[in-house]
Amino acid sequence: MFKRIPSFALVILLMSLLTSNLVQAQQRFPKPEFDTGYVQPSPTQPEPRAMAMEYFDVFVLFLVLSLASWLAIRKRSRRGLLWLSIFSLIYFGFYRDGCICSIGAIQNVALSIFDPTYAISITALLFFIMPLLFALFFGRVFCASACPLGAIQDLIVINPISIPSWVRKTLGFIPVIYLGISVLLAATGSDFLICRYDPFVGIFRMDGPFLMIFLGITFLLLGMFYARPYCRVFCPYGVLLSWMSRFSKWHLSITPSECIKCKLCKDSCPFDAIEVPVEQTYRAPEVSRKNLRRFIMYIVLIPVLTILGGWIGTKSHVFLSRVHPNVYLAELMISQPELRADEENLDIQAFLESGDTFEQLVDEATVIREKFRKGGWYLGGFIGLALGITLMNQVVFRRREDYEPHKGDCFSCGRCMDYCPVEK
Amino acid sequence: MEQEDKGKSRRNFINNGVRLTLGLAVVGTGAFTLKRSANGKDYVWQIDPFKCTQCGRCATECVKADSAVKCVHAYDLCGYCDLCGGYFKPGAKLQTGAENQLCPTAAIQRRFIEEPYFEYIIDEELCIGCAKCVKGCSAFGNGSLHLQIRHDLCLNCNQCAISVSCPSEAISRVEVDKPYMIKGDFINEEEEG
Repeated sequence: MFKRIPSFALVILLMSLLTSNLVQAQQRFPKPEFDTGYVQPSPTQPEPRAMAMEYFDVFVLFLVLSLASWLAIRKRSRRGLLWLSIFSLIYFGFYRDGCICSIGAIQNVALSIFDPTYAISITALLFFIMPLLFALFFGRVFCASACPLGAIQDLIVINPISIPSWVRKTLGFIPVIYLGISVLLAATGSDFLICRYDPFVGIFRMDGPFLMIFLGITFLLLGMFYARPYCRVFCPYGVLLSWMSRFSKWHLSITPSECIKCKLCKDSCPFDAIEVPVEQTYRAPEVSRKNLRRFIMYIVLIPVLTILGGWIGTKSHVFLSRVHPNVYLAELMISQPELRADEENLDIQAFLESGDTFEQLVDEATVIREKFRKGGWYLGGFIGLALGITLMNQVVFRRREDYEPHKGDCFSCGRCMDYCPVEK
Repeated sequence: MEQEDKGKSRRNFINNGVRLTLGLAVVGTGAFTLKRSANGKDYVWQIDPFKCTQCGRCATECVKADSAVKCVHAYDLCGYCDLCGGYFKPGAKLQTGAENQLCPTAAIQRRFIEEPYFEYIIDEELCIGCAKCVKGCSAFGNGSLHLQIRHDLCLNCNQCAISVSCPSEAISRVEVDKPYMIKGDFINEEEEG
């Protein structure tokens, strides 16, 4: 056995050596010899949830995604999608307590790419990959029916208001920034931002810190009027899904046959994700020349924005790196050395007790800060590039004869199909 | 009409190309991650009692209102003292009144075994994981009382909220086959080995 898993045996041996020293140091009172036949109990060790169940979760996600694709594209059933999303809300939300979810899995993947010592669980990896691949072929069916966070918001859409396009597009840029920052923080091992500020997990668990519950209720109240606020203004996974869905092979279509341009679907969509027909009319040469000039300007602007963003990102690395607890602690101990004597400061006291030298901590913090300096370039560059492409897309002229869902923004919820009066 | 067809087939071509690229990127990321760091094992969170500094944050930082961290008694290590550093407040009278008990919720039950030994049992229903008894036991006794994450209560969050705020980095992910780090176990293993 020792031959087969030598490293494991070594760890056990080391551990027992290490701990026995400590234990000996602590064994102030010897274990008594009892005369009365007292039987010593042993501490209970309740088992964690069977891991086979996690693979079952993956299987359920696959089934839900497949079924949602079929319902959205073939069956064209809003009712089916709605019931499926209620199932997901109950299963992935309330029963599984909202963990693990595909949105949070971004961070596991980012961390495992940059930190080889972190072992990602296959479940998290599959939760990350499966919805993206489905989006590449069938659109954002994950948002429609498999995401518990989407489902809880979709159910309380009461009186959605239509928002001007420029506000929507500006707000729609926040998820890109959120994605960039959370990947940077996860990759540097600082924090899992998405999990920390997951608004609905507290509601799924019916338990949680005040901030979590407060955020959840705020989002739900807001969501009655601004439909799916988390999905549209924050969800970082939605950014990835939107990229995939733009190039999806198949996608939910509003009408089963000929569009009669009745505009009913446009009114039915609470997310303003339906684009109106654009006629190819004659345009004065100076207008199209102006558009062309703007297009060229934006193309030139993309590399400029990317580099500028990267520069800003790397300039703010000192600020960003403070999220990492070690950097924070090192800075605190340098700026306020008198805190070392503060019994109330648990972090400093625990560090002093740990036996590490201050130089070790500073070295560690320097390495992390260097990672942030590099990561700042990527983060800023990514945001700049995304901004440039978004701007460029504003002047790209696409002809559309019918009312069509915006493949990037459409959650495939199927409301428009329900409203379309055209018979098959 | 022909021109429209041409435009359509060009768009299709670009779409197919981008889809292939994106698909490869996703699958590639997955394969890379799988090769680099997935080892097919599953992990749960656990406290290393030898790193724990009994700061008390386990009681407050867990996402559950009633923390999943509880005190565990490693009986193998216990000296069955009458004057238990984990049970009595320092300097208190040897009487079991609540005012003399260290535990804020009276979750430690004390039972007489034989002269002069007493058994201490944790009532996990009452325990809040504040580590006051752990501090006392480590300071004055054998350190047999220590904190553990109880897996019937733990939700196994993607990121353990306590681990982020733990000042001594005592919480880490352990393999699911060995989900506990109970102090007595180490000694048993040594004896077996």
